[in-house]
Amino acid sequence: MKKETIYAIPSPYREDLKITGYRFGSGKKSACIVGAIRGNEMQQLYICSQLIQKLTELEEKGSIVTDHEILVIPSVEHHSMNIGKRFWSVDNTDINRMFPGYDQGETTQRIANGVFEQIKDYHYGIQFASFYLPGDFIPHVRMMETGRQSTSLANLFGLPYVVLRKTKPIDTTTLNYNWQMWNCNAFSIYSNKTDTINEESARQAVAAVLRFLMRMGIIRYNSHSGYIATIIEESNLAVVRTNAGGIYRRLKSAGEEVKMGDLLAEIIHPYEGYVISGILAPCNGIIFFSHEKPLVTENEIVYKIIKRLHE
Amino acid sequence: MIETVVSKELPVDECLRIRKQRVEPLVMTGNEKRISIVTGTHGDELEGQFVCYELLRRINEKKEYLKGIVDVYPALNPLGVDSITRGIPMFDLDMNRVFPGDEEGPMVETIAKEVVEDLRGSDFCFDIHASNIFLNEMPQIRINEITADTLVPLAKLTNIDLVWVHVSATVLESTLAYSLNSIGVPTLVVEMGVGMRITKEFGYQLVDGILNLMKQKGLWDGPVASVKEPIISSDRAVGYINAGTSGIYVPKCQIGDIVKEGDVLGEVLDPLSGVVAEEVISPIDGMIFTRREYPVVYTGSLLGRVLGGA
Repeated sequence: MKKETIYAIPSPYREDLKITGYRFGSGKKSACIVGAIRGNEMQQLYICSQLIQKLTELEEKGSIVTDHEILVIPSVEHHSMNIGKRFWSVDNTDINRMFPGYDQGETTQRIANGVFEQIKDYHYGIQFASFYLPGDFIPHVRMMETGRQSTSLANLFGLPYVVLRKTKPIDTTTLNYNWQMWNCNAFSIYSNKTDTINEESARQAVAAVLRFLMRMGIIRYNSHSGYIATIIEESNLAVVRTNAGGIYRRLKSAGEEVKMGDLLAEIIHPYEGYVISGILAPCNGIIFFSHEKPLVTENEIVYKIIKRLHE
Repeated sequence: MIETVVSKELPVDECLRIRKQRVEPLVMTGNEKRISIVTGTHGDELEGQFVCYELLRRINEKKEYLKGIVDVYPALNPLGVDSITRGIPMFDLDMNRVFPGDEEGPMVETIAKEVVEDLRGSDFCFDIHASNIFLNEMPQIRINEITADTLVPLAKLTNIDLVWVHVSATVLESTLAYSLNSIGVPTLVVEMGVGMRITKEFGYQLVDGILNLMKQKGLWDGPVASVKEPIISSDRAVGYINAGTSGIYVPKCQIGDIVKEGDVLGEVLDPLSGVVAEEVISPIDGMIFTRREYPVVYTGSLLGRVLGGA
């Protein structure tokens, strides 16, 4: 394993922001794995740390296949993580909305460019990502529908679900999208948490990446075969919204099977404690996403359900 | 007449309300054109607040001259304006990147959809921004090149200093202006001044321009101030000045200054060692139309823009 600074930028009052990469093996640029691009992606950082530990052990045993190099970048945005912010600490811009970056541009464009120049030529690109809605997900592989995505490759992670998202204009500056534009096979892996650490989910994510690397012939490793994934179009998920604001009492979590009419959650009057509204399942299926914060506004998405699917 | 455009219940004893003021002529014919003035999408940009006030004040003072319908939306992001937050509090995405909205999307995207529906049918729209807290902008209108044929003639009526016709970028398709222009509402994006501040002279200048456009298009028949001819950027180079190092930027130039390539525009200082870390120079001959106001800079921070050939 070679540890190196892949990009650095000076800070006026803090230590330089140094982005560290860990290289395993040597030769063809086979796989790149990126962890926390946002300051609250602690679970993503943790998963990378566990993956680096595993890959170090595998390399010591000679299990990285000849002529394959793996690069792991555990964190891009620790300047924000260290001060409790999600986005760039100075201007609140999101580095994951700055790709492919620009070396003569603004600071976060330069950081994105500095990272992207190091990672754009890998054959497989894997990002541990987080979503812009706060809540729990079923662990899954997410891909942008750019016409270059391959769900059959995504299936090789052995996670239960592969989700396809129709690309919106705002997605065109994400790492996943730009990796695909540079002919990299790009995958975003969503663990069920972001700003708290969940050991079980982290183990599952590490296992999924190792399984994928094994199946691609990049490492020698024996692992459980995992799932044959169900492929989901994000636009086909049933969306469940609140019809009032208040205190949120969640009764069902991501991964649970529900029947049409089941009570999923309740909204409680914030002063008087009575139930303002009960939120019912609009269909049979499995909960894919569930809101987890204690408060909700009116018209907020609190569940997404995979329709007509059973455990 | 104040109307609520969007209302959503917040968790505890409050509603998020986007409101507009509609002013109509004293005598309606039923064929009035409609102009919409929209601002406060970014909660830290306040220049538009003064424009809303001043425009309504002048119209209300001489309402007999009003021949069209004026809708004024001071705050598309009322929670942001109220809490000095650029984005929508507790939502990751920039509000000006979620248009035209989606009735099936998250709450903010449903709000964006309702806003667009309310603006649909306007004959003209101004979307007023104020850069951000970091940069000061000469009053300018920014136009995507794909809408230049329609919008540049309108922009020339608005008493603005500069019309910047910029290249199209996919990510900008999610702005309010792009969405409105796509549905046939000619929308002019104004950038002027600096975040978290009001520059009254810029406000007066733009209100003169809005009234002039209204007069030329039949929505106002009162007296208007003479308006200036803007510089059109489309055939001129724009020089960007980014910090080459980190430190404290102290400018030596003003918005509107005419400079030569190589002129010193400011310095990046190192307060710990007492030395000038970087002398910032103009990359081209031209006029300064953007100047950094916030002193702390990282490598890459935008320090200014120069319009070539001015």
